[in-house]
Amino acid sequence: MAIWINKNKHIMMRISGGLILTAFIVASLNLTAVVDSLLVTATLIASVPIVYHAYQSARMRTFSIELLVTIAVVGALIIGEYVESSVVTFLFLFGSYLEAKTLKKTRASIEQLIDMVPKTATVKKGERTEEVSIDSLEKHDEILVYSGGSIPVDGYIKKGEASVNEASITGESMPVEKQEGDYVYSGTMIDVGYIHLVAEKTGEDSTFQKIIQLVEEAQDQQSKTEKFLNRFSQVYTPLIALLSLIVYLITRDLHLSITFLVIACPGALVIGAPVSNVAGIGNGAKHGVLLKGGDVVDRLSQVDTFVFDKTGTLTRGEPEVTEVVSLTEDDWKEWFKDVASIEQASEHHLGRSIVEYAHQHDLKLTSEVQSVQVTKGKGIAASVYEIEYTIGNRKLLEDIQIHLDARTDQLAQEQEALGKTVIFISQSSQIVGLIMIEDPVREGVKPILEKLKQNGVKQFVMLTGDHERTAQKIANELAIDQVYAELLPEDKLTYIEQLKEDNKGVLMAGDGINDAPALAASDIGLAMGITGTDVAIETADVVLMADRYDHLLHAYRLAKQIVKNRWQNIAIALVTVAFLLVGVLYGVIHLASGMFVHEASVIIVIMNAMRLRQFKKK
Amino acid sequence: MEQTFQLEQLSCPSCRVKIEKGLRKIEGVDSADVLFNASKVKVNFDEGKTSKDTLKNAIEKLGFEVK
Repeated sequence: MAIWINKNKHIMMRISGGLILTAFIVASLNLTAVVDSLLVTATLIASVPIVYHAYQSARMRTFSIELLVTIAVVGALIIGEYVESSVVTFLFLFGSYLEAKTLKKTRASIEQLIDMVPKTATVKKGERTEEVSIDSLEKHDEILVYSGGSIPVDGYIKKGEASVNEASITGESMPVEKQEGDYVYSGTMIDVGYIHLVAEKTGEDSTFQKIIQLVEEAQDQQSKTEKFLNRFSQVYTPLIALLSLIVYLITRDLHLSITFLVIACPGALVIGAPVSNVAGIGNGAKHGVLLKGGDVVDRLSQVDTFVFDKTGTLTRGEPEVTEVVSLTEDDWKEWFKDVASIEQASEHHLGRSIVEYAHQHDLKLTSEVQSVQVTKGKGIAASVYEIEYTIGNRKLLEDIQIHLDARTDQLAQEQEALGKTVIFISQSSQIVGLIMIEDPVREGVKPILEKLKQNGVKQFVMLTGDHERTAQKIANELAIDQVYAELLPEDKLTYIEQLKEDNKGVLMAGDGINDAPALAASDIGLAMGITGTDVAIETADVVLMADRYDHLLHAYRLAKQIVKNRWQNIAIALVTVAFLLVGVLYGVIHLASGMFVHEASVIIVIMNAMRLRQFKKK
Repeated sequence: MEQTFQLEQLSCPSCRVKIEKGLRKIEGVDSADVLFNASKVKVNFDEGKTSKDTLKNAIEKLGFEVK
């Protein structure tokens, strides 16, 4: 029954509309009886779905707008206002038909994304290949994808190479070259090439599906404004219904009171705000920007302080040793190979650059490293063949009470002022050398930061464990307003808290791996790039699928635009409500015109929200 | 067990309440949440007490087609 009604709703709408039209033509012939019977028939036909929905909701004990319309229509039939009754029912159906059509468009961004995943995959089984449904794929399955094909699972390339378009995930349409051993994502497409890959994550576990789920949930997550409007409308509708009853009891004017019932639906008010979010979040998803819900959009639009972790976010995160200075008689290689051997065990990104440098100079490393002791934010101590080494920054030197002579101190300061990180090496409490490491600033960051300022950001803050002078150099290069240097990892949280107190909103941008606590503590935690995949995607409020600054700018501008759009819709809805109330009281608005204005306002807010789909990256 | 049903396009926000309430009344259903914009329902239920088909029927009885 229900499905039959749903399927035939549009047909009933058309018949009813046709009857009304005929009635108007016949009306010129002065055949009142024919006209009336046509209009009553039109009313009855169009009422079927309305009454049915009213009945369904009443059974669930929820107050529905269909119930109000039903009462109004019955009232109109009683007082013989057949034109009104037929037009109201027709407009109600026509309005919801248009609503459904336009709503579908605001949701289309996600559907287009979902269509990127192929339905079937070519699986290699021994020497044969077989075409199977992607639902039956499992981890370790070997899959072949050819030129122009979509990748069905996340996995590693076993053989072959290809240029892959990852736009569905990162929003970046420049193809990326992938070869043996590289990881590829489901939903991405092979431009040119051929790959043979081993499935790692399939179906709902794949990154792409996780993104889709996230976006779908985000689109349903309501902002505070929406929650308030929902509560408002839950009160508004019964209140107007009550008002119409009171109006009837006082004036005994059935026509006036049923008009109130028709305008009691706060349609544009309820749909206006969510539809902006849906369209806006959909736009983000298409450009590689995940905004996790209306609330996040709100907070992001209000952020005025951007905090960056230096390494990997503002800099390339690929430090390189630029110079080694030996302060002993021995050749630098004598102690450097031991230092590199110690760093082999460390996970630190600076350590890796030291090991890399040793490999470049064909130094032979040993695994005879003993009593390793790591001090977070300072350095590492260990011994190699009975020689005790401490490797680290100035803080570590202070801890072990080593004083630099004036000349060495001068040298270190000069290097730091050039933006280099200086690592001090000591052997049994005797300083033996310095290693200078450089992590260059990422390209294209500065112009984006300038644009962010034009869009309302008040200040940029950089947090780093690096030395003050090194940090200052980088900050100057990028026009960062405030620098907090020489921080231990736990200090970063304290600064975030402090900044939150002093500013309207604080956004922390990081790679989502090392800075997860800081991301969680700020008003908006923004993870750049999906390298840290699961953790980053889950803890951050905003995820930029590609590690790109222009996407950061888009996220910020988009959030502001969504909020603006939302307020426009709320304004349209409120003006409509006020207009209708006044109109009814002054007797200008009747049943049919009230319904028309109401439905028109709903369509207008949806169309307005749809503009967000076109909002472009700058 | 959790099951997600993809419904036909939902267009009235009041449908959400209708579907959620209707499903929660069924014995064995722990939670039912409608993702309005995605037109999906997520249902958590006890397999011993009810089944996927029962739930599907219930949703269709409420007037929504399950895809």
